[in-house]
Amino acid sequence: MGQTVFEPWNDPDEKPLIQFKNVTKRFGDFTAIDNQTFDIYEKEFFALLGPSGCGKTTMMRMLAGFEAPTEGTILLGGQDIAPIPPNKRAVNMMFQSYALFPHLSVWDNIAFGLKRDRMSKDAIAARVEEMLTLTRLTQFARRKPHQISGGQRQRVALARSLAKAPKLLLLDEPMGALDAKLRQATQFELMDIQEKTGTTFVIVTHDQEEAMTVASRVAVMDEGRIVQADTPARIYENPSTTYVADFIGDVTIITGRASPAGEGYEVHYAEAAAPIYSAFDIDLAEGETCHLALRPEKVSITAERPADRRNAVQGTIIDIAYLGNLSTYHVEIEGGQMVKAQAANTRRLSRRDFTWEDTVWLSWTDTAAVLLRE
Amino acid sequence: MRRLTWFNATSLTLGFAFLYLPMLILIVYSFNESKLVTVWAGFSTKWYGTLVQNEAFLDAAVVTLKVAVTSSTIATVLGTMAALVLVRAGRFPGRTLFSGMIYAPLVMPEVITGLSLLLLFIGIGLDRGILTIILAHTTFSMAFVAVVVSSRLMSFDRSLEEAALDLGCSAFDAFRLVTLPIIAPAVISGWLLAFTLSLDDLVIASFTAGPSATTLPIKIWSSIRLGVSPEINALSTIMIGIVAVGVITASLVTKRASLRQQAEERAAAQQV
Amino acid sequence: MRRFALIALPYAWLLALFLVPFGIVLKISLSDIALAIPPYTPTLDLSEGWAGFKDFLAALDFENFTFLTTDDLYWKAYLSSLQIAALATFITLIVGYPIAYGMANAPDHWRPTLMMLVILPFWTSFLIRVYSWMGILSTEGYLNQLLLWAGLISEPLVILNTPTAVYIGIVYTYLPFMILPIYSTLERMDGSLLEAAEDLGCSRLTAFWLVTVPLSKNGIVAGCFLVFIPTIGEFVIPSLLGGSRTLMIGKVLWEEFFNNRDWPVASAVAVVLLLILIIPIILFQRNEQKSREAEG
Repeated sequence: MGQTVFEPWNDPDEKPLIQFKNVTKRFGDFTAIDNQTFDIYEKEFFALLGPSGCGKTTMMRMLAGFEAPTEGTILLGGQDIAPIPPNKRAVNMMFQSYALFPHLSVWDNIAFGLKRDRMSKDAIAARVEEMLTLTRLTQFARRKPHQISGGQRQRVALARSLAKAPKLLLLDEPMGALDAKLRQATQFELMDIQEKTGTTFVIVTHDQEEAMTVASRVAVMDEGRIVQADTPARIYENPSTTYVADFIGDVTIITGRASPAGEGYEVHYAEAAAPIYSAFDIDLAEGETCHLALRPEKVSITAERPADRRNAVQGTIIDIAYLGNLSTYHVEIEGGQMVKAQAANTRRLSRRDFTWEDTVWLSWTDTAAVLLRE
Repeated sequence: MRRLTWFNATSLTLGFAFLYLPMLILIVYSFNESKLVTVWAGFSTKWYGTLVQNEAFLDAAVVTLKVAVTSSTIATVLGTMAALVLVRAGRFPGRTLFSGMIYAPLVMPEVITGLSLLLLFIGIGLDRGILTIILAHTTFSMAFVAVVVSSRLMSFDRSLEEAALDLGCSAFDAFRLVTLPIIAPAVISGWLLAFTLSLDDLVIASFTAGPSATTLPIKIWSSIRLGVSPEINALSTIMIGIVAVGVITASLVTKRASLRQQAEERAAAQQV
Repeated sequence: MRRFALIALPYAWLLALFLVPFGIVLKISLSDIALAIPPYTPTLDLSEGWAGFKDFLAALDFENFTFLTTDDLYWKAYLSSLQIAALATFITLIVGYPIAYGMANAPDHWRPTLMMLVILPFWTSFLIRVYSWMGILSTEGYLNQLLLWAGLISEPLVILNTPTAVYIGIVYTYLPFMILPIYSTLERMDGSLLEAAEDLGCSRLTAFWLVTVPLSKNGIVAGCFLVFIPTIGEFVIPSLLGGSRTLMIGKVLWEEFFNNRDWPVASAVAVVLLLILIIPIILFQRNEQKSREAEG
């Protein structure tokens, strides 16, 4: 327990490295970024997560200097970066396509930015060697980009953008071109390198698993706005809207009317059904419409009604998605509502307890369901 | 999936025979002993001998080369600039006129281009000679360079230039260090195209050349209008030979390079 | 600043050496012929300023253009150019399509070589390629020698200096322009489409008509325009192979200018030729744009 938790966003004394202040970006009639204000702190690994077209790439290109905000200011270390052209910013970018110069060797690609700074030859050579070692590319230094594999190219792009020791490194879908297996290994490698160099990373991705794995904070974006920016655990456990709950992981959303009961609320979702209880901390009026977000792994599936749980409903299995280690059951309960429940496949498939059309009981704890206003 | 049928094989054979037989006959008969070109009278290289001693032809060849080298070089610079403007400059006043003027020479009949330039040179009192041919050839071949280079620029990955800027390059350095080396093959083929067009051109050169400068096509033209001559056969053979060696070498070199690249990419894909 | 220089230099060059000369052609086409050097009297005298411009407007006449309509040499030449260009384009398509089709069906490793063989003549002197047919087609030429020797004819055929020779010349020199665009559309075609057509009951021939030909339409149209447009203004081929009986407008313009030294009429011929060309050029550009959009 001696380890201090890295949470600069909770420390009022901490100065943010990047500040977006009421930033809006429009392309003609289209609003790509809609009046956003938020901070990113030094040494953070900050992920911008969202579907394509949500504005995450525009956000990054404004930081790099390839786009200018229509309104508002962006501060880097307290200084407005609007007048600084991309080639003078202490910000480097790793491009989605890697943008490796095809006519230059790996070594020359990494040295490219250093040469622009008119460093001495020896200093350049030393820095390039350091980067090659960091990214385990030493033996490929003399090769051209087309002579190395996709994973190696990705590491060259990373080394090149880190070589100038930027205050801030931007990564645009850095794993987008890699296959699934390589992606996982690369994610850990990336976290490792971020920790070693102490550089602030801002990563843009549409892959929620990737964002959850690597980032210290994840900002979920939708139509030009950050809907929620928080640690991966809080994003998953305490989503602020149904959009976030639905975007991250699998979820069942049940809509109904709230009535205060004890510590929490009872939610009435169907005429004939008993209400669902949730002890979630939220302020709702009597009869207000609200949404229950229920993660499938928090729902148990049993043949008999469990005695000790307040939330238990009966239903029929409509569909089973077999995922190998897990199975997700789609169960129809009272009022036609579908609820997803997940169970580990601890026994062989032939000896599975439940099958299609079976009547089962679903149950969950008082704290399992999250209550949401929108 | 695709099969080469008898019909395909026959049409390819006949088609290429049609394309190459006339030139082959020309080459064979350039070694004909007889002055009567259509009658074979034994093997001889004497027409090459008389050709080499024909100073008018040699002078014209020198003029043609000078014109071709100069005009294609200027056309490459201007055409590359024009391509950059077309692909990169975005909107500016007069853009439509600009792109119209770039593409027009591609479809303009040579007689009209030649006529209009001649009338200009007379109008401003410029004496016709090497300079006027160079100006004329530059104008019509820069359009071809612009087309070749702009089609390469359109497929150019802009993030390469952004990466260069991101790493500290000025806009001009990004062009010099990244864009130019990558589009160089297109620029070189643009130059070759301009060079060939200039070497080849009869009509525009006829309008814009003066008595002080005659190009090889004009010389050939005035000689073949009178009929087939063995000397011209010899000259044609030499020209065909140079082009064939050039094109075949170029295609072998590019084929080799692309094969090597493919092999290297395959090898790279296999390592982790 | 740099952007300005980048635009200004090629722009200025094209204005001075493309647009201005064309303005001069237009101006001279509205002038009168004179026995002088230069052999025309300018109707528009800019040195007299506004008065000169008013004189010009008052004296503005389309004399040279009217002349083009009265002398039937000109409109016959325009018509015959169009007709020769159209028929020659059609023949080139008939000759070129099977070659392009054969190339597209050839094994992968042959294709670069076949491509090179099609492009090679393009780099070779146009003049020499036309010239090579003179020896073949003349009365005592190689073709007649061959046919006489084979006993197929008893009298030599007269081909050189007839329209037939012009057609042969056009097909020969412009064939690569037809083959390349058709080949590039055929080459990109997904071979499984034909298998699908056959699977659905087509014979190979109907599959060709219903699938291959429609899919290569863009290439066919592009190839036809690439042959048709330059052929209309062609000068070298009719002069060398067509003799005095073949009438084509490029040749008429040349003779008007160099032999008759009638610059105003030559300029008027050029202006009308350009007006005629505008239609196919616009159609061609539209086709190019459409196929670009289709490719995304």
